[in-house]
Amino acid sequence: MNRIDQLFCEKDQRVLSVYFTAGYPRLNDTFLVLEGLQESGADLVEVGIPFSDPIADGPVIQESGSRALSQGMTLELLFSQLRDCRRSIRIPILLMGYLNPVLQYGMEPFLRRCVETGIDGVILPDLPLEEYEIQYRKLFQDQGIYLVFMITPETSPERIRAMDRATGGFLYLVSSSSTTGKEKDLGRQFSYFDRVARMGLSHPLVAGFGIRNQKDFREACKHIQGVVIGTAFIEALSGSEDPRQATADFISGILGPSTPAGSKSK
Amino acid sequence: MENEQPYQEISQAPRLDWQVNGRGYYGDFGGAFIPEMLHPNVEELRNRYRSILEDSGFQEEFAGLLRDYVGRPSPLYEARRLSEKYGARIFLKREDLNHTGAHKINNTVGQILLARRLGKTRIIAETGAGQHGVATATVCALMNMECVVYMGAVDMARQAPNVARMEMLGAKVVPVQSGSRTLKDATNEAIRDWINHPLDTHYIIGSVVGPHPYPDLVARFQSVISREIRNQLEERTGQPNPDWLVACVGGGSNAAGTFYHYLDIPSVKLVGVEAAGKGIHSGASAASTVLGRPGIIHGSRTLLMQTPDGQITEPYSISAGLDYPGIGPLHAALFQSGRATYLQATDAEALEAAFELTRLEGIIPALEPAHALAKLKSLSFHPDEVVVVCLSGRGDKDLETYIRNLPEKLKTESKSPGKP
Repeated sequence: MNRIDQLFCEKDQRVLSVYFTAGYPRLNDTFLVLEGLQESGADLVEVGIPFSDPIADGPVIQESGSRALSQGMTLELLFSQLRDCRRSIRIPILLMGYLNPVLQYGMEPFLRRCVETGIDGVILPDLPLEEYEIQYRKLFQDQGIYLVFMITPETSPERIRAMDRATGGFLYLVSSSSTTGKEKDLGRQFSYFDRVARMGLSHPLVAGFGIRNQKDFREACKHIQGVVIGTAFIEALSGSEDPRQATADFISGILGPSTPAGSKSK
Repeated sequence: MENEQPYQEISQAPRLDWQVNGRGYYGDFGGAFIPEMLHPNVEELRNRYRSILEDSGFQEEFAGLLRDYVGRPSPLYEARRLSEKYGARIFLKREDLNHTGAHKINNTVGQILLARRLGKTRIIAETGAGQHGVATATVCALMNMECVVYMGAVDMARQAPNVARMEMLGAKVVPVQSGSRTLKDATNEAIRDWINHPLDTHYIIGSVVGPHPYPDLVARFQSVISREIRNQLEERTGQPNPDWLVACVGGGSNAAGTFYHYLDIPSVKLVGVEAAGKGIHSGASAASTVLGRPGIIHGSRTLLMQTPDGQITEPYSISAGLDYPGIGPLHAALFQSGRATYLQATDAEALEAAFELTRLEGIIPALEPAHALAKLKSLSFHPDEVVVVCLSGRGDKDLETYIRNLPEKLKTESKSPGKP
């Protein structure tokens, strides 16, 4: 069973997913941060593959990617940094990035490396549903790697259902038409979360883009299964000398001392 | 006669339909690789652009503005001294005489009329040298619409007069500080703006790039160039088809407009000229067909300059209008099939060609079409062949560069006209 499915079988509320950029803050911090996230109680991680032209990201994540690239980060290096990660990392790992670096690596070799490394899923915001179905669906299915699709408040119900059929693991709800890191009034998002939740879809719902603190996390989780935090975490890492400590502090700030991260916490 | 034309290999090449297919592809290139956040905007455009463009009311308004506001048809000028020098009948398609000084306005007039029919109230655009930004700010002033232009901070410093023009026209020019702070980053920022303003905003992209339907949309608006060439050539030479069409290519909108009505006529040889900067392999060029590999940029699969790891590299050219790291997907398909030939001109060759045209014909071209002119020397013409070069813009914006690079010979001549 894919680790993502297993996670949602065991835990269907207050699932915390955390995004961070590979090769940031320092080139070889990738595994350190990943380990820190598991230890602190994150349920799921999304490791960002840096790209020169990240059109769906806000300034904070852009900047982290630029810095990682200038430090020499590549997709090949990421796979080698994560090579032995499954000796200690039990939580699901997704890779998130843009299509071009993956295509240059080659979709099939990329997916094979994902399998070898123990990656469970991939998020590629600029790979639309139609192109996936025509060109790549079979490759993903053959390798057993999930591709997670994003929906927005403007996505039509028919399209949401098509995404629900195509997605693996969960559906990623992005907040109202914003690049990552834009602060939005979460209250206005909840009717959208509820609307999608009432559709009776076959996958759990996880929302991202704009969620920053414990209050947002708890409020959002009243409406959907889980939340992704990215920008706020990158900000926490950016000012820190000790990424592991910064990770622990940040995650306990989100989960709160009185809220252990379910059965999986160490 | 028709079947005895040169370029036999072209007629034997696999037949490609030069119109985009339903998924927005020209052969292997194009498509719409966009995040879901942009899906509603792009889908609305895709569903509606053809019917809007084919509507007679739209066509009438577009044609009227091109005639009375832009000043079309632009002249097709037979350049006799240039012809003499290169041994062919060379005509210049004078896009430099358009309002705002370049072909860019053909597209912005079309797109602002489209935006109004889509009910949009706010316009965004990217710009490199500022020509597309000025053309967008101009039509926004005309239509009384809010206008935001994204421009790399580096380009804003290099092109200060165009920044002032846009602001005088009422546009807000936003400096882009991300990435390399030039055209590709300005395009990224415009796309981000569009993601954040999906309902009220139309993005007027400046070239035949971006997700489907933009490459097709912009090519259609620019196709007024080849439509006029056909009529004008027929009038002047008795034959609507030239032997050669030559145009510069950054993203490739003036070339797409110049080639458009001739794509399916194999006897017409199509030549696109890219910027080789300081030399194709110098590390400072924008020669996407030579240095590029297939990849995704700004929502489109095309030939693109990138690192082995798939990071998009920063192009260079003396001409700010040609330094885009990719080419439009139509050009990638034309290149791959061999239907069009792509050549490269260096900064030095372009400068030389600009000075030559100035002295032979009394026309100061923009640096971009100077690249096209620079390759006349590399093409072998038969004396009675008809060549049309798209003179896509005028040189006013480049005067500073020209003055800085004025050859010693010209300096001396102009200072002492009377001396033997």
